[in-house]
Amino acid sequence: MNEPFVEVNDLTIGYRNRQGQIVNVLRGVSLVMPRGGALGLVGESGSGKSTLGMALLGHLRAGSQVQAGTVRFEGVDPFALNPAELQALRGGRIALIPQNAAESLTPTMRVGDQIVEVLQFNRILVGAEARDLALELLGQVRLPQPEAMFTRYPHELSGGQQQRVAVAKALAGEPELLVLDEPTTGLDVTTQAHLLDLLAEIVAQMGTAMLYISHDLGVIARVSDRVAVMYAGEIVEVAAVTDIFARPTHPYTRGLLASIPRLTQAGIPKAMPGQPPTPGEHGTGCSFTPRCTFADGTCETVAPTLDAAAQPGQLVRCHHWQTVAKIEFSQELQQAFHKAVRKVEPEPAVELAGVEIAYTRQGLIQRLRGLPEPPATVSDITLTVHKGETLALVGESGSGKTTIVRTIAGLMLPRMGSLKFKDYDLNVGVDRRPLELRQQIQLIFQNPDASLNPRHTVAEILDQPLRLYFNLSRSERRERSIELLERVRLGPHYRLRYPGQLSGGEKQRVAIARAFAAEPQLVLCDEVTSALDVSVQAAVLDLLAELQAEHGVTYIFIAHDLALVHAFADRVAVLYQGRLCEVGSTDEIYTPPHHPYTETLLAAAPRPVPGLRPHLLGSDVPELAPPPRGCPFQRRCPRRIGSICDEEAPPWRVPVEGHRIRCHIPLDELETAQVSAAEHVIPLEPLSNSVSSN
Amino acid sequence: MVAPASDKPAPIRRRSRLSETWLYLRQSKSGMLGLTILVFHILIALSSPLIVPFDPTDIDASLKNQSPSGEHLFGTDQFGRDVFTRVLLGGRIALVITLTATVIAVTWGGTLGILLGFLGGRIDEAVMRVVDALLAAPYILFLLLIVSSLGSSNRVLIFTLGFFYGIAVVRVARAATLDFVARDFITAARARGERRMTIVLRELLPNVMDILLVEFAMRWSWMLLAFSSLSFLGFGVSPPTPDWGLMIAESRKALQFAPWTAIFPMIALGTLVIGINLAADAVAKALGLDRTQGAPV
Repeated sequence: MNEPFVEVNDLTIGYRNRQGQIVNVLRGVSLVMPRGGALGLVGESGSGKSTLGMALLGHLRAGSQVQAGTVRFEGVDPFALNPAELQALRGGRIALIPQNAAESLTPTMRVGDQIVEVLQFNRILVGAEARDLALELLGQVRLPQPEAMFTRYPHELSGGQQQRVAVAKALAGEPELLVLDEPTTGLDVTTQAHLLDLLAEIVAQMGTAMLYISHDLGVIARVSDRVAVMYAGEIVEVAAVTDIFARPTHPYTRGLLASIPRLTQAGIPKAMPGQPPTPGEHGTGCSFTPRCTFADGTCETVAPTLDAAAQPGQLVRCHHWQTVAKIEFSQELQQAFHKAVRKVEPEPAVELAGVEIAYTRQGLIQRLRGLPEPPATVSDITLTVHKGETLALVGESGSGKTTIVRTIAGLMLPRMGSLKFKDYDLNVGVDRRPLELRQQIQLIFQNPDASLNPRHTVAEILDQPLRLYFNLSRSERRERSIELLERVRLGPHYRLRYPGQLSGGEKQRVAIARAFAAEPQLVLCDEVTSALDVSVQAAVLDLLAELQAEHGVTYIFIAHDLALVHAFADRVAVLYQGRLCEVGSTDEIYTPPHHPYTETLLAAAPRPVPGLRPHLLGSDVPELAPPPRGCPFQRRCPRRIGSICDEEAPPWRVPVEGHRIRCHIPLDELETAQVSAAEHVIPLEPLSNSVSSN
Repeated sequence: MVAPASDKPAPIRRRSRLSETWLYLRQSKSGMLGLTILVFHILIALSSPLIVPFDPTDIDASLKNQSPSGEHLFGTDQFGRDVFTRVLLGGRIALVITLTATVIAVTWGGTLGILLGFLGGRIDEAVMRVVDALLAAPYILFLLLIVSSLGSSNRVLIFTLGFFYGIAVVRVARAATLDFVARDFITAARARGERRMTIVLRELLPNVMDILLVEFAMRWSWMLLAFSSLSFLGFGVSPPTPDWGLMIAESRKALQFAPWTAIFPMIALGTLVIGINLAADAVAKALGLDRTQGAPV
């Protein structure tokens, strides 16, 4: 038994492309994992991290092949097993928790039966025994009422609950290794925090080893004890989690860490230049050379090897790691953030007063029967956005952020209340709005894959607003579109490309150029960076900030990432179930007193600081409809004071002019309670201290 | 402060969609086979009046039912007409009528389908129920009813076939449109305040076009069969004009002692239909409409 638990040696995996060349997705990856260890695997999309995770399970994507190297799980090569042996290995000794639980659960089978199936398959437990164990597992993943959950179908559960069932299913085989492929991506922050907490506990209890794949460094910091950073199919740095976050020695790791917005830092983080190479595109040297500030002639021609660095157990693939290591990272980090310059004017741009929006309208029969009207999806929104300002709308999924933005854009009509943009009335649908109003309000969507027509070239995409709003000749439009492309840092040669030929960041730049082609006054940004890699995200934020400074536009910015909001917004409106909880400037929102919901969100946000255990408040059980009376947050509130919360709508409390909190608890009480709670939740001391204190 | 997104153009070879599709199409063996057969048939249809060795309607009782020989490659039929000549010419009318009718079918079916998918609501609901009802009825009976009451002139045939074969296209086009109307680029166009016509023509049509193109090829091959069936039943082309369906019908009594009279038109019709089908499948794959390919790109 001298075999290492998991050993990956010089693994190269590639596929043959249409031209018949072999394209390597993984290039010479070596990795060792001890029994019970928790390794975090970080990288941007396309870095090969999922391919590596799947290789441990002996799985390759269709068309891919192991070109060189070996995988050993306790001395066993999963690629050499016959189907029966492989079946016993997967789900038995190694289990996978995939990203999308909804897709990994069989939709036509009760969740309890799905767990029983795994039990029967692996350990030949039958009947009542298997059922009892399944119930125990459901309880172990902290699902309420396991008996009731047992008989439900996957679609009857929320996203977080489905992911818990997937965890229970994975644990059913009593695995020695769990491979987790971004299991919390797409979940709300509070749900994510609860799930991570659960995983950490289970792993500690059962001694299961974990390979945690994620692009989110905050999540990685939370769950792993060692971290491997991947770039272009190679591991570029491996180290203990505290070393990775405090003393990264690879320029890429440094760039990645500097590019993430942080909850404790206002200002936009530093963008990494360039973009990762597509598989097969790299040359002979270090693949990070084009984006690296330390690169020299050697880097272009000689590929670096993974060598031991300063810290024990730290490996780094860089020619210049010693130079890099000399620069104190916490100092570098301090300088990484810069505040966007903008001038907010006192005149209001958008005014919402008592806005109520509902998706369903009561039918005639319901009205005749005198049934009470169901509570509206979005209700009682009173907000003013000033000219040149950035207002962030924050909240979990279902909080009505997108609904409000769509109503401002005229894609939906409010049921009650008034919406105004400058002197225009926004209570009319987009087709009844005058052309100059439509021109002044533009939308940017979350996913540029969906918001750009795949059959149009970039030139055609930019042409549409120009043609619609301005009376320009063909050559003028051409000139303007080149100008716009240069404005978003894309060259004129992009004009003839299709969206399918662009990277995610480039696509979003085109979408931004399209919105700014209209020369708008108000731009509605719906989660514009959430589909992008972190290293690209900062560059897009920079671009948006620059365009704002230049044109004096007003942004209404939807986000679920509170760190991102801190980086970018002037003011924040926190929404829960379509109702406002708190409105205030960014500084006011991020310091006590908070609304209890804001506090819950802040406490749950994953942060790239290892050793920091998020403080979990309230439950993460999502609600489908707002309560008919009282405070909208009554059912999940960690600071609930009594029946007054259920019965009466809370009053607006105003700590300072412009900051509003809607809660029954008096402000001074909220503040005292939250300051004492925050001491171990949100260390507001400088980053360097909080990192090195671990 | 902003980092340049890209200093130099990424190495992407720029190809138009058409040439890219052609590149993929060329890699499909069955597709190239189908395309070759199709082009061969079209060339013959275009050139046959110039190259045929005999007059197709020339009756000679002394040459009745002769088996294939050096002079009469495919033999002669019951009236002593040269089968080779008639087979070469027999596809001309079928091709012209079915091609025109398919254009009509895909145009009206596609337009209506896209509009219904885009507009949605009650109109969509109402029209789709009518479409469902029409789809439930057997085509051939309707075709026979109309052709027998209005006569079997080319114009009647084209419009009847064009109408009935467009019904299924409505469904396909509507389903394809529904796939796109909920996408953000349509929402973006609506939020910009584009006219509905612009959204349908500029945003939706280019996306649905691929599916309609494949649909066109599939409908065409089915329509060729339907047209030949009509001729076979005596409602299509009237004798003595050479036509495959009609030839098969006329010579079925002679199948025992002069099988060549039926077999050669069958082969001609069969290869054309197979050719169109193979080409259509390959085009669908080349356009990326076939998910079974699953190759990592």
